[in-house]
Amino acid sequence: MRMLINVPETVVADALRGMAAAHPELTVDVENRVVLRRDAPVAGKVGLVSGGGSGHEPLHAGFVGHGMLSAACPGEVFTSPVPDQMVRAAAAVDSGQGVLFVVKNYTGDVLNFDMAAELAEEEGIRVDKVLVDDDVAVTDSLFTAGRRGTGATLFVEKIAGAAAEEGAPLERVAEVARRVNGATRSFGVALSACSTPAKGSPTFDLPPGELELGVGIHGEPGRERRAMMTAREIADYAVDVVLEDLRPTGPVLALVNGMGATPLLELYGFNAEVQRVLSERGVPVARTLVGNYVTSLDMAGCSVTLCQVDEELLRWWDAPVETAALRWGR
Amino acid sequence: MTLDAEFFRRWMAGTAAAVEADADRLTELDSPIGDADHGSNLRRGFAAVAAALEKEPPDTPGGVLALASRQLISTVGGASGPLYGMLLRRTGKTFGDAAQVSVAEFAQALRVGADAVAQLGGAAAGDKTMLDALLPGVEALDAARGEEPRVAFAAARDAAESGALATVPLRARKGRASYLGERSVGHQDPGATSSALLLRALAEAAAG
Repeated sequence: MRMLINVPETVVADALRGMAAAHPELTVDVENRVVLRRDAPVAGKVGLVSGGGSGHEPLHAGFVGHGMLSAACPGEVFTSPVPDQMVRAAAAVDSGQGVLFVVKNYTGDVLNFDMAAELAEEEGIRVDKVLVDDDVAVTDSLFTAGRRGTGATLFVEKIAGAAAEEGAPLERVAEVARRVNGATRSFGVALSACSTPAKGSPTFDLPPGELELGVGIHGEPGRERRAMMTAREIADYAVDVVLEDLRPTGPVLALVNGMGATPLLELYGFNAEVQRVLSERGVPVARTLVGNYVTSLDMAGCSVTLCQVDEELLRWWDAPVETAALRWGR
Repeated sequence: MTLDAEFFRRWMAGTAAAVEADADRLTELDSPIGDADHGSNLRRGFAAVAAALEKEPPDTPGGVLALASRQLISTVGGASGPLYGMLLRRTGKTFGDAAQVSVAEFAQALRVGADAVAQLGGAAAGDKTMLDALLPGVEALDAARGEEPRVAFAAARDAAESGALATVPLRARKGRASYLGERSVGHQDPGATSSALLLRALAEAAAG
């Protein structure tokens, strides 16, 4: 697999140096692996800190800025960051109003953020955590680590970020974040596996003419393998699986997300099919976002994320945001 | 045999050596039911522990474990960094500022540490995790708390090693292996195996 890198060992640091050069509005601490809003801490504002393994860009560092995250902590590729990063980020963004950790539900991420919360609290920082677990492809039961966190992360970070920007206190920002997670479900499809820089070859073998339904964002196989389907058929399948679990009673935000290697031309075509299915099922769509936002390195494929919104959540979704990957309204 | 700071430094240095020697085996065990990095992650962590203890040796058992915990937490990542970090952190915290501890106090503190691991990971005995070696080790240590350290720690080691072997037929309910469901059966748990190494190093530190 050809990759635009120097050596696998430095991919994360190299990307952070490049990000720093491209975005003077961010403070990028390459050595300690923390990306911050340049104006942090913002007086009177709750801090929002997220992080996770690298390889899902623009998540999370691409969502640092006005109206969204205060800081992001990138780990090694597909490996949770360590608590030192999160504590450093929390200390840098805390204005005295406390910090919310946005944590995707993977064992390593959960444990490292738990440790970080304990350490930050010992330093006198008030911390709350919200767990993102929206992937309906994983059965949430006592016998697994629970549903994975995927596309809902973007909605949680945007909407809770807007609430924080408005001056909502920590308890309220946390409640909003949990409300968004609870109202959001996702389903992903892979048309190819991805290749990690360290391994250099695809993480699973997907023969030509087949696809994986129900994939996560770490190159793991999905819940079912089928003969290749059309965009229309994939949209029927994915939207129905999400709706079956979400059962929305009002309008939704739709994220039609690329996994990293699927062209926007295809993603927009796929979105047309997603909108068709939602219309056929009588689900009104308030806003739609199409693009590569929660990716899995060079995996081809897509995911559909639906978030049921009320007027308040929709207002925060529309609120101004200025980050590397999402910006509107300012 | 006095269980003082020097003893705890020997224990940590011995663990680093044991993990170094068995790193490939740990990674091998982690391949079919994990992501094949347990050995390399722990090797990096305990090497940092040994180096930090050499550089600035703390003068109490609690201080040694607190420093070791900090090193593991800031260098390992993934799930095992926080879990081992929490084990040593809570165990050490229980010792307070004591200059030395008894076997009975050690047994009680290790139980506090193991309970913290269970709470942090949301796991229980039989979930095919490090607890399946740790908890039998704690029980054996508690039962032998009136004995000399050499005898008590050897009992803990034996129980932990049996516990690790007994994870083979279990089905994983926590961590990445849990996504595999039934396919996790038939493999020895890498976390239980490294926990047995930790107690083996403890027995060796007491054997002199």
